[in-house]
Amino acid sequence: MKIDSSLPLEYSTEENRLKIFGFWIFLGAEIMLFATLFTVYFVLANRTGNGPTGSEIFELTPVLFETFLLLTSSFTIGLGIHAMRLGNKKAMMTFFITTLVLGLGFLGIEIFEFITYVHEGATITTSAFLSALMTLLGTHGAHVTFGLFWGIAILIQVAKRGLNAQTTNKAFIFSLYWHFLDVVWIFIFSFVYLKGLIS
Amino acid sequence: MSMEEIFHPMQEPMILMAAISIVVGAIVVVAGLTYFKKWGYFYKNWLSTVDHKKIGIMYIAVALLMLFRGGVDALLMRAQTAVPNNGLLDAQHYNEIFTTHGLVMILFMAMPFVIGLMNIVIPLQIGARDVAFPRLNAISFWLFAAGCGLLNLSFIVGGSPDAGWTAYFPLASTEFSPTVGNNYYSLALQLSGLGTLMTGVNFITTIIKMRAPGMKLMKMPMFTWSILITNVIIVFAFPVLTVALALMMLDRQFGTQFFTMANGGMDMLWANLFWVWGHPEVYIVILPAFGIFSEIIATFARKNLYGYKSMVMSMVVISLLSFLVWAHHFYTMGHGVMVNGVFSITTMAIAVPTGVKMFNWLLTMRHGKISFTTPMLYALGFIPIFTIGGVTGVMLAMASADYQYHNTMFLVAHFHYVLIPGTVFGVLAGYHFWWPKMFGFRLNEKLGKLGFWLIAISFNVTFFPLFILGLDGYARRMYTYSESTGYGPLNMLSFIGALGLAAGFLVIVYNIFYSWKNMPRNEKADVWDGRSLEWATHSPVPEYNFAVVPTVTQLDEFWFAKKEGRDITAGKFEKIHMPNNSAAPFWMSGFFFLAAFFAVFSAWIPAIISLLGVFGFMIARSFEKDHGRYISVEEIMETEKRLRGDK
Repeated sequence: MKIDSSLPLEYSTEENRLKIFGFWIFLGAEIMLFATLFTVYFVLANRTGNGPTGSEIFELTPVLFETFLLLTSSFTIGLGIHAMRLGNKKAMMTFFITTLVLGLGFLGIEIFEFITYVHEGATITTSAFLSALMTLLGTHGAHVTFGLFWGIAILIQVAKRGLNAQTTNKAFIFSLYWHFLDVVWIFIFSFVYLKGLIS
Repeated sequence: MSMEEIFHPMQEPMILMAAISIVVGAIVVVAGLTYFKKWGYFYKNWLSTVDHKKIGIMYIAVALLMLFRGGVDALLMRAQTAVPNNGLLDAQHYNEIFTTHGLVMILFMAMPFVIGLMNIVIPLQIGARDVAFPRLNAISFWLFAAGCGLLNLSFIVGGSPDAGWTAYFPLASTEFSPTVGNNYYSLALQLSGLGTLMTGVNFITTIIKMRAPGMKLMKMPMFTWSILITNVIIVFAFPVLTVALALMMLDRQFGTQFFTMANGGMDMLWANLFWVWGHPEVYIVILPAFGIFSEIIATFARKNLYGYKSMVMSMVVISLLSFLVWAHHFYTMGHGVMVNGVFSITTMAIAVPTGVKMFNWLLTMRHGKISFTTPMLYALGFIPIFTIGGVTGVMLAMASADYQYHNTMFLVAHFHYVLIPGTVFGVLAGYHFWWPKMFGFRLNEKLGKLGFWLIAISFNVTFFPLFILGLDGYARRMYTYSESTGYGPLNMLSFIGALGLAAGFLVIVYNIFYSWKNMPRNEKADVWDGRSLEWATHSPVPEYNFAVVPTVTQLDEFWFAKKEGRDITAGKFEKIHMPNNSAAPFWMSGFFFLAAFFAVFSAWIPAIISLLGVFGFMIARSFEKDHGRYISVEEIMETEKRLRGDK
């Protein structure tokens, strides 16, 4: 295998570079996916039928906690990649585990939030607004859930096989995915919750 | 749902017959594989392959099969409407048939034909040894095959979708379409759509990152350009379909309110989402055809492609405009004058870059020494016939005039006049052109030309009358009409044309058997005196494509090197890294298929268990240590000697 030592390990082979580039393209498709879901939400946001409106059900406190957890997790995974580039396996794993724990916390609050909505009689079938809201949030939440399992699989491989061209490549691509979910959340926080609370 | 309901469609004699023929066909294939002891060969060389050329061949095989499935639907429609008050099909059966005809022809015939050709040709044209992600490529194919199988299963088990290929709400809702037909629609399209999206990611990466040394973007062959742009459209359009189909499933099976008529739902949201994907989709199937025609016209006119830069620019402009015209599909649905005006203008604007391409093709042929081969005949036939489709398209683009044409046969005639000479002629031209590259022998020219003339003439006999019928007010999707309307004679003429089309397609398939038996083997590498890199390697292509990766300094390097007597494939052999075969994509898509099948009947627990199987394969893949294998220099020398000795 040709190793180009002037590049970080995750970029070191041709195959690795292709995978990182391909994943960026895939993220382009993901942007379109969420853009479509946001569009659907904006179209239907005021079409509440007989159900509650956004300002009636949104609560700022849990959402602020969610935001705090996810934004911090994006920071810790950045630190994890930094540690990985320094070749510090232990620090890298610690930061990745922290990231996943924060992600799990985020997911816990989101599930709690959904249960609260359902108890208040705001289900996915109540109105077009709630269908769009829960599909958008649910798709993001499903991405985070998938990310948790993905992250665990990578951690096991790093623990067993150490930091090599393959494991660093996977960890780096996973970090791109995780940052992307964070960016989507910032849009959800601003244009779903904050906007919903204002009106 | 009871067993009786599930197998309800089989009570129709025609569907029962089709079901029996499928079962008999399957038994013949299984028995044949067993008798000739080919199971091992089939499994190792085809089901497990990650070779882009074999994947491409499988795509085209499925496409041809689906051409006949969709073709039979078309013949039934034309037979039903051939005479007034015909009772061959009832209204429900007719609804199912025009729905599946559209779905099958666009998503399971045109798409796989285009993707098959791009699989075979693109790595060869850019001098690469495979695509960027060979395993992902196999997953793309098997996901597509799973979706295709699922949709075809629908007419035997549970009932076909019957709300048109556009599945407009509220017609497609459970209230008005209570059978599982439209569940099949959302899930089958979802599977094959995922496969297509992965193809998009794969080929953008391949073309951007894996070109032969020296092949700058503006030195790429035109077909490669068209495929690059097509895949960019795929990556940006298909996620919209993914969302639309998911919302459709939620509405139909989970009671959400996206497209409902109460509780805030908005039925027109579906139409918008569908066409935001659907119109770019039209260009996904037409741009590759433009690329194929560019290659073929330059090759058989023996001239450089006229206006290379304007060709590239016009495709980029078409790809951008393709996202800005979707509302022209429903001018009559009441979004005001301003919106209609804007979409009218963007739609008409597409005629400009398309016209630029037309003139470029004509000027490429000017003063050329044209040889009238089968692929060239398709390219020549395309230009005038497609122009009729284009001009009627501009007529339809005028919003105010569209109130007259909307949902009449005029529209049906128009889109067949663009899709058949555009896409179908394009893929058939490419199929005849690159066949020797795939198999090492040519298709018989006499039969090829006979097929072309049958198709070209019958096509016009079938579809030109529909323009006139449409202007006379004959609405599309009507299963019958009364004699007093006077629509009878032209419909009969159209039916006769359809029979001719069927004969043409039969000739094309017969040509495979005829040529396989009678055409000389060991076709030379440069079959047609070609211009781009795929003609620099042997026919059929060895699995590693190029023993030595060619270096490129200009557009059509191979052509100029040939004239100057240089050999661009000369050089020292080195061992070649290749990916390992794997059956995982096949089995993984099998689990996808099961999950979707159970989901159609809302059997959620088995569906989730099947999905766990999919995730199992993903985890196994993640932990797998697979670094591929190397082909040794000795092995390359042996293969090269064998292939060269036969030339």
